[in-house]
Amino acid sequence: MIAIVDYGVGNLYSLRCSLEHIGAASVVTREESVLRSAERIILPGVGAFGDAADKLRVLKLDTLLQSLAAKGKPLMGVCLGMQLLFDEGLEYGTHKGLGLIPGRVVPLAPVAVGLKVPHMGWNSLDIQKPEDPLMAGVRQGAYVYYVHSFYAAECDAALVATSSYGAQVAAVVRRANVCGTQFHPEKSGEVGLSILAAFAKGGA
Amino acid sequence: MLTKRIIPCLDVRNGRVVKGVNFEGLRDVDDPVTLARFYNDSGADELVFYDITASYEGRPLFADALKRVAAEVFIPLTVGGSINTLEDFDRVLKCGADKVSVNSGAIQHPELIGQAAKRYGDQCVVLSMDVRRVGGHFHVFAKGGRVDTSMDAIEWVQYGADHGAGEVVVNSIDTDGVRGGFDLPMLTAIGDAVSLPLIASGGAGTREHFVSLFQLPQVDAGLAASIFHSREVDIRALKAYLSDHGVPMRL
Repeated sequence: MIAIVDYGVGNLYSLRCSLEHIGAASVVTREESVLRSAERIILPGVGAFGDAADKLRVLKLDTLLQSLAAKGKPLMGVCLGMQLLFDEGLEYGTHKGLGLIPGRVVPLAPVAVGLKVPHMGWNSLDIQKPEDPLMAGVRQGAYVYYVHSFYAAECDAALVATSSYGAQVAAVVRRANVCGTQFHPEKSGEVGLSILAAFAKGGA
Repeated sequence: MLTKRIIPCLDVRNGRVVKGVNFEGLRDVDDPVTLARFYNDSGADELVFYDITASYEGRPLFADALKRVAAEVFIPLTVGGSINTLEDFDRVLKCGADKVSVNSGAIQHPELIGQAAKRYGDQCVVLSMDVRRVGGHFHVFAKGGRVDTSMDAIEWVQYGADHGAGEVVVNSIDTDGVRGGFDLPMLTAIGDAVSLPLIASGGAGTREHFVSLFQLPQVDAGLAASIFHSREVDIRALKAYLSDHGVPMRL
């Protein structure tokens, strides 16, 4: 069973539907007992870093996720959920993240010179670690769907794949059992479904 | 590399797709799920659903259709039509919409753009505008293009960008339905005014029209309905053609 963390942020319906489509059972929850007993956890999210981090803290999900991750539970962040895995985010002020992967989330605008922000649409993947389980069914240059204005920086050790958009945008990251995608796998067609399937079937 | 996007648009009334649908080999062409799946499988980069249901009572049928589409289509879905309040945003997002497009509702209540962006994020708010030339200026029209608001399209798009719109759809009333090509001068003028992703709509008739469209650096996506529904233009073939002409495409 995959637990999708419900902390009042984002569109969980599509994520649930894509997991169902690939035959992975999931539950949307914020219950500690359910999160503890789940085999894997997905942290979704759209919106602003600070708001989302506050919501996790208010619901005491920050410390719970940190302790479950430390015990080796596979955890995957999606979009803002991935950004929250890092040490801090600089969206409308400086906000503390979960600190599960070293790095900070910074604005794209200063580096995406001459490019539109948000980075919205289909961009190609440059896979640095093809051996990562999440990349098992993904070919070099495959397209995934992005919508974001901030990106994870100073996280070179964690980079599994990147996309080029002014900066080298962290597309897929991993540190041990904690992983994440900046793009939306649930909206990235067959490529995204294969990444979700890899996570669901033990790719973390 | 970020690709340009091709976006078919489905008009849905009381849960059924209306107008101009002429597929061979698809039995229930009025079913949004069948059509959405078809487009998902033919390489469309996103889908847009417009709810043109006239009555409040008809809305649940649209919600049901949207939910069924969202359950089976794994590309982004934008929903528009009758979005006037934050509750309308909430209603369609809960059914699986990824982005919500506002038009007349934002003209009546401009603060809706900022409120929605604050609650759901900029990426969720698509400012859709129907624009027509009036006395040498680009005017924004409301109510499905019927009412001249006298608002200047350049000022309106800048207002939207400043208040949290994450994307802009420009429908040219002047070229819509004519199939003589997109409104390149209008798109250039509006695209130059903001740095948001810009979706062009109105005027697509042939694949060459898309080649001309994507020569504009301001334009990120092309949206069309009837030429795709009628299968005069096949999306997969169109994308291959554009790629051959140097337009970055997801193939």
